[in-house]
Amino acid sequence: MSQSLSKTPPGGSGGQPPASSGSAATAPPTKAPTPLMTRLLGRPEIGAFLAAVVIYLFFFIVAPPFREASSFSTVLYASSQVGIVAVAVGMLMIGGEFDLSAGVASITYGLTAALMCYQLSVNMWLGVIVSLLLALFIGFINGFLVQRTGIPSFLITLGTFFILQGANLGVTKLLTGSVATKNVSDIEGFASAKAIFASSFDIGGVSVKITVVWWLLFVAIASWILTRTRIGNWIFAVGGNAASARAVGVPVNKVKIGLFMGVGVMAWFYGMHLLFAFNTIQAGQGVGQEFIYIIAAVVGGTLLTGGFGSAIGTAIGAFIFGMVTQGIVYAGWDPNWFKAFLGVMLLLAVAVNLYVKKLSSTRKA
Amino acid sequence: MTDTLSEHADPTLHKGEPLIQMTDVGKSYGAIRALSGINLQVGAGEVTCVLGDNGAGKSTLIKIMSGLHGHTEGTLKVDGEEVHFGSPREALDHGIATVYQDLAVVGLMEVWRNFFLGSELKAGNWPLAPMKIKEMREIADTELKKMGITVKDINQPIGTLSGGQRQCVAIARAVYFGARVLILDEPTAALGVKQSGVVLKYTAAARDAGLGVVFITHNPHHAYLVGNHFIILKLGQRVLDKKRSEVTLEELTAEMAGGRELAELSHELQSTQR
Repeated sequence: MSQSLSKTPPGGSGGQPPASSGSAATAPPTKAPTPLMTRLLGRPEIGAFLAAVVIYLFFFIVAPPFREASSFSTVLYASSQVGIVAVAVGMLMIGGEFDLSAGVASITYGLTAALMCYQLSVNMWLGVIVSLLLALFIGFINGFLVQRTGIPSFLITLGTFFILQGANLGVTKLLTGSVATKNVSDIEGFASAKAIFASSFDIGGVSVKITVVWWLLFVAIASWILTRTRIGNWIFAVGGNAASARAVGVPVNKVKIGLFMGVGVMAWFYGMHLLFAFNTIQAGQGVGQEFIYIIAAVVGGTLLTGGFGSAIGTAIGAFIFGMVTQGIVYAGWDPNWFKAFLGVMLLLAVAVNLYVKKLSSTRKA
Repeated sequence: MTDTLSEHADPTLHKGEPLIQMTDVGKSYGAIRALSGINLQVGAGEVTCVLGDNGAGKSTLIKIMSGLHGHTEGTLKVDGEEVHFGSPREALDHGIATVYQDLAVVGLMEVWRNFFLGSELKAGNWPLAPMKIKEMREIADTELKKMGITVKDINQPIGTLSGGQRQCVAIARAVYFGARVLILDEPTAALGVKQSGVVLKYTAAARDAGLGVVFITHNPHHAYLVGNHFIILKLGQRVLDKKRSEVTLEELTAEMAGGRELAELSHELQSTQR
């Protein structure tokens, strides 16, 4: 046997090239010739990036007010409102799971902080911290139930979605007698919390909301985690092939529960923004928002089946959302068309994703 | 490629030394007995082939050894020490690595990310510390090249490699990270003749590097090419257990094809024809 093995290397290398040169001969005409081109096409956000450029130019041409710097700031604000939660939802989807409760959960956390501080007359920051703990807890429960029961996260979080939606209205009505919380702007600590979650500042005479800065920061952190760290590697692995990841020792359950908790934290952040921007929270809000997050992630190149996507792609998805919601207004059209546009974008994105996945998983070497 | 395998293989391995010993091992899922009375020994530098039809209990046997399911009867010893695995991580920590047929790798991830999955190199000890990406790419690239696996680009998704290459990367990975026992689950099942040959060469190379190999297959021809020891399972029980010197390929093939039952069936068919 050792004899046959010493023959192996030439045999192995002799056996390989015909196979690879055979496929190489058929590959070049259809595939991009340079590795850079191939790598660029393999990026999840490339389709969204091109779409964003086209949409920007489109509104730049048809809607003159869209060209102003202050409009761009408004677009960024609208994008950040979606993008902050969407970046975590996108990571969760790369990890192969869904969270349909992310929209109403923001309201839950805002309500928790507002009701608690108003009813108990405690410092605003206590409400902020307690609602963060609640966010971590609900995120954990979502993830734990998905892992423990094996029921698809789509169903588990659909349950959480309805529970939170009902509880939001029920508890608020019970405590305040109406469906909105009382104005909390007089409570101690409100000003400092508002400075963090809902202030704005000027750049060259243009007012920019602080959520834009937070959004970009969160995207940068998420991008770092996904591409540079071990945890990022694990997130792609548990979404791409959980059984395979488990077999090489990746703690699949912990990674997924962590992702659900991440969505909880981002939903909490957006809930805090709503509270400190408007001084009050409407208990019935947030329904439908969860789909916008998912659409932003999918438009940004995240695969619905998991294992592929990027934080920057999701950010571009949110930016497209921001551009279109504001662009339609600047162009003077009926804003109702927005939903129709959203549906078209989603279908296009899914088609592009499918094509990209095919391209990157067909044999070429 | 043999050199690289022996370079990374544990130097304390001595041929013939028992690595895994199973005594009367069985597994029940509730009322269903999937496996019972299995005695099996995996020695260093040996290939133990486990053959069997669908539903014979091969998967259950692998799952016990690789830590996915705990056994419910008998004893499992690794390096002479009794163990009961609760997770694949525990099995890996004992040097038992499993390469699965269809889930060896994560298809959409780059080759180097797959190579280091679960054993990434980090530049620091804090949770979000960066990985040493450049180093990981270089190591994966040189290791695969040394083992004769030609990959056009280490950054391409591993799904773009052929099935045989994917299996080989998975085997190379297990050996590089210090596996002492290699469990190969149907490594050749989905492959063509040439690709199977490549995988079988790696199997033999791993064996000659001193690793204990458990080779699960339903193809007696592939098993006979590399095996030292053959076990045939049927309905969760062992029906054949022989060393290479005690058995011929014809015997294995006949036993796998159904053996006695097939003879009976042919007798019946002939009598109805008359």
